[in-house]
Amino acid sequence: MVHAFLIYTLRAPHAEDTGFCRVLYSCVFGAEKSPDDPRPHGAERDRLLRKEQILAVARQAESMCRLQQQASGHSSVDLPPQSSDEPASLHEAPHGAFRLAAGDPFQEPRTVVWLGVLSLGFALVLDAHENLLLAEGTLRLLARFLFDHLRLLAPSANLLLRADRVEAILARFLPHGQLLFLNDQFVQGLEKELSAAWPL
Amino acid sequence: MFTPAAESLLRQAREIQDEELSRFCSRVVKLLQKDPGAEAVDALRRLFLIVSATKYGRKLEKPCVDLLQATICSPACPEQLQLLCAAILREMAPSEGLNLSCDHIQKSRTLSLAASVLLAQGDRQDEVRSVGQRALHLLEARQTEGPGPRALLPVVSKVVSLAPGTLPEAQADMLHRRLVDWLRYASVQQGVAQPSRGFFSAPRTRQPGPVTEVDGAVATDFFTVLSTGQHFTEDQRLNVHAFSMLRTWLLFSGPASRDASDADDRSELEGSTLSVLSATSATASHLLPPQQQLRAGAFEYCQRLLEQSTRRALRKGDSDLQKACLVEAVLLLDVLCRQEPSFLYRALSCLKALLGRLCGDPAQARTLLPIARFLLSHGEAAAVDSEAVCQHLFTSVLADLFPNPMLAFEFAQFCRDSLHLFNPDQGTFKLSFPNLFKLLAWHSPALTSEFVVLLPALVDASTAVEMLHTLLDLPCLTAALGLQLSRSSPTASERPLWDVSLRPTSCLEGFRDPEFQGLFQYLLRSKAGGATKRLAPLHHLLQPMASCARVVQCAQAVPTLLQVFFAAVTQALASSLSSREHLPQSWPPPALRIRRDSPQKGLQTPSPCQVASGDLSAQLALVLLERSNSLFQVPQYEAQVHRVMSSQLLALCRLRPALVVELARDLLEFVGTVSGIRSRESMFTAVVWAIGEYLAVSYDRRCTVEQVNRFFEALEALLFEVTQSRRSATLPPYPPQVVTVLMTTLTKLASRSQDLIPRVSLLLSKLRALPQGPAMGSVPRDEDTDAIRMRATELTNLLKMPSVAQFVFTPGMEASTPRFHRDANTALPLALHTVSRLVDREAGLLPA
Repeated sequence: MVHAFLIYTLRAPHAEDTGFCRVLYSCVFGAEKSPDDPRPHGAERDRLLRKEQILAVARQAESMCRLQQQASGHSSVDLPPQSSDEPASLHEAPHGAFRLAAGDPFQEPRTVVWLGVLSLGFALVLDAHENLLLAEGTLRLLARFLFDHLRLLAPSANLLLRADRVEAILARFLPHGQLLFLNDQFVQGLEKELSAAWPL
Repeated sequence: MFTPAAESLLRQAREIQDEELSRFCSRVVKLLQKDPGAEAVDALRRLFLIVSATKYGRKLEKPCVDLLQATICSPACPEQLQLLCAAILREMAPSEGLNLSCDHIQKSRTLSLAASVLLAQGDRQDEVRSVGQRALHLLEARQTEGPGPRALLPVVSKVVSLAPGTLPEAQADMLHRRLVDWLRYASVQQGVAQPSRGFFSAPRTRQPGPVTEVDGAVATDFFTVLSTGQHFTEDQRLNVHAFSMLRTWLLFSGPASRDASDADDRSELEGSTLSVLSATSATASHLLPPQQQLRAGAFEYCQRLLEQSTRRALRKGDSDLQKACLVEAVLLLDVLCRQEPSFLYRALSCLKALLGRLCGDPAQARTLLPIARFLLSHGEAAAVDSEAVCQHLFTSVLADLFPNPMLAFEFAQFCRDSLHLFNPDQGTFKLSFPNLFKLLAWHSPALTSEFVVLLPALVDASTAVEMLHTLLDLPCLTAALGLQLSRSSPTASERPLWDVSLRPTSCLEGFRDPEFQGLFQYLLRSKAGGATKRLAPLHHLLQPMASCARVVQCAQAVPTLLQVFFAAVTQALASSLSSREHLPQSWPPPALRIRRDSPQKGLQTPSPCQVASGDLSAQLALVLLERSNSLFQVPQYEAQVHRVMSSQLLALCRLRPALVVELARDLLEFVGTVSGIRSRESMFTAVVWAIGEYLAVSYDRRCTVEQVNRFFEALEALLFEVTQSRRSATLPPYPPQVVTVLMTTLTKLASRSQDLIPRVSLLLSKLRALPQGPAMGSVPRDEDTDAIRMRATELTNLLKMPSVAQFVFTPGMEASTPRFHRDANTALPLALHTVSRLVDREAGLLPA
């Protein structure tokens, strides 16, 4: 199962200081059990903790991406946006995985699979022994749909105010954090449904 | 894309004040009540942003929260609004004022939306269990029409993974049965047709055609996720969902404590013939309990997937899915064989056939890992050897495919999970560290934490020295791997592996040069060979690549790994040394000691680490001395590694003080060259300190007066040279730490061989009169000189009472026991206090 999905900003790999890594969207599928905390404002603290957890994942995934780009000696932000040819560039995009030990920051050990496309990062936080091949495929699929349906490449499109579309895509391709074994025809069918219900 | 406009939007959302938010909430309420159209959608999107953009709690008005909940549960409301309402409530979670309940929800889609909110609450009020029970209740109601069950399966899957074993057995049994139906009896006809029960039953109505395999052939057996067609029926969609959740369900749907007891029973069951015979197929298993029916069905599904994965997919997406399915099938077989050992023999025969096909195909390398894991964990019971596939993985797969980041991560994870399963006799795992380190050298940021766990398991007395060299040469390995890659793929122009601006042409030529070939082969070896080669020529050759980002990243990881390596080694050494603590401290010499203490360990055979402990610590110390001067010149690498090296050298000496006597010649050689001080100051300080601390009869009876004198003379000469340079105006002065450690060590040696006291007093008196050093640049050197003078005065004073000096400088072994510090009569602090009082009185008489 997937514990969380997040979209965050990537900074330029060679620039020293260009702002912070920001989480633009995150969805936690079923929270970890809250600690029994008798103190007041337990719920608020709990929420704060979850937000910090997601931010910690984003920061770590972002620096992994930056380090990988530095290591391979090219930066994706320098590339001109390839507007029409998104799927092709997705396979070239930097990607990777890393482990989060139990308690740091989640209660359970988790695996993070990330993908960096242009200035956006996408990441899945997975249960420790999830099928990584499937997760990687699903993450690519989600990134592709998000780029297509939210027109992320267009300069004016604003991901921040299109949460409903992100939710709609997740509801179909990652319902409740369930990774799905979808063959090519099946994906096309679901995409048609999506386009019919949510015209571009 | 993230633009400054988006940044400012985010800031606005964060900075919105409570009054403004409450006004906005009432607007949302009005819009939702009046006419939930485009305006309402826009308002809800903004509300979502306001709630999600900050990590601090947002208080929404109660009417607004209530209305959001009502919208989720309202059947007529459009999906867009409902998704937004659910997302807002989920983002606010956990919230105390939520009164959403799933108890009366009748529609599966509504339950699915409510579940996304309820499961986010953190299970304070047992929400997880109630959502799960409601979902199963709706599934029980047999809503076979429409997408009902399909919306609920992911909810159930999430529930069992959040709270394993909480669902009532009767309800779980119901889902077991229905899952078998969906998995095994989905329609094999395409399109939106009535689901035809039972496979191969002749279709009565005209169908749009049978489903096909991924290679385009007509499906030969029941429908699976790898069956394809133009359109899919609802039961085919359910098949996909059922398979997707199958592993989670099998693992967590049973009573919570099941897994542990299963593991215990396994060995008995696996060998029995009866269990082999009782393995029945799903088609003939209607009389079995539902859980076993599901296992049988799942087993057949996996077999079919394995068969389907041999087909040549027409589309790229399907070929990726085939690999994912192969992995899932093997993971499922593992779960099934754990739960029902009778499957083992059939599973093994499937996998063996599969292995032959997969091993030759580099594109399938990642699918080999779960198979190897399966063979490692079950192979013993079925007398199947996992050695061949492990060999293949640890040699050619690692050597050829190390640049793939996902493979690298999965490989490290595989090793980590299988640590307890690797056969120590065959040593494939331990001896493969040079190949495993390629993953580390290439992907150090992602894999350092993995190797921190793996490294202690890889350390072995027979290869420890080689491993230490390899770790120190890790950045060099990164550079060599880069050369190897750019040579093997001339199409590097498409995907540059290195910063293209660097063009390490001289390195590439060197890589082909026969002169260096042997060294490169050694550096890129796949197995540990025991021998070590000095790679200094390669350090020079690869120098142009030392500033590559990947090499620098790798160099940054090495100090951590060295710490882990030494922690593992010293722990093994300490345990083997402490087992003979009751023997005389330094006699008999190590070689004899081993023979004597191994029978004392009782039935346990001594591990290789224990046998070679004395030898090994000496060898490692020698490597540290030697390599401190021979490292790949990556920026800041040397300084950081020296820091670890010096502390670890001291740790080794602390563990075996006899090292100082055993390595006397090498240590003398090391301190004999004044030129080395500047380049490896921390190492030098550590060595000199160790000499002063451990060159004593109390640590090793082999320590002689001549030896002490020899060290004294060498260090005396060195101190002379060092202080001379302080007087020189042209050379930068040596740091005061070097001078003070030399002085202190000389004083310690003198306290043990008291003929030397006059010489050292003379030296110290000269140092007390040390003139102010020449001011270098803007930094005044006065403080340094003051520190040296003060130390010289202290040492001189101490030497005035030789017996006290000896006690303070060589406190004896008992000084490290707690009693020595607690007991007021024997305590070192007491002794020091007395001494300082005596000395202070003397010091008062001395001229300032």
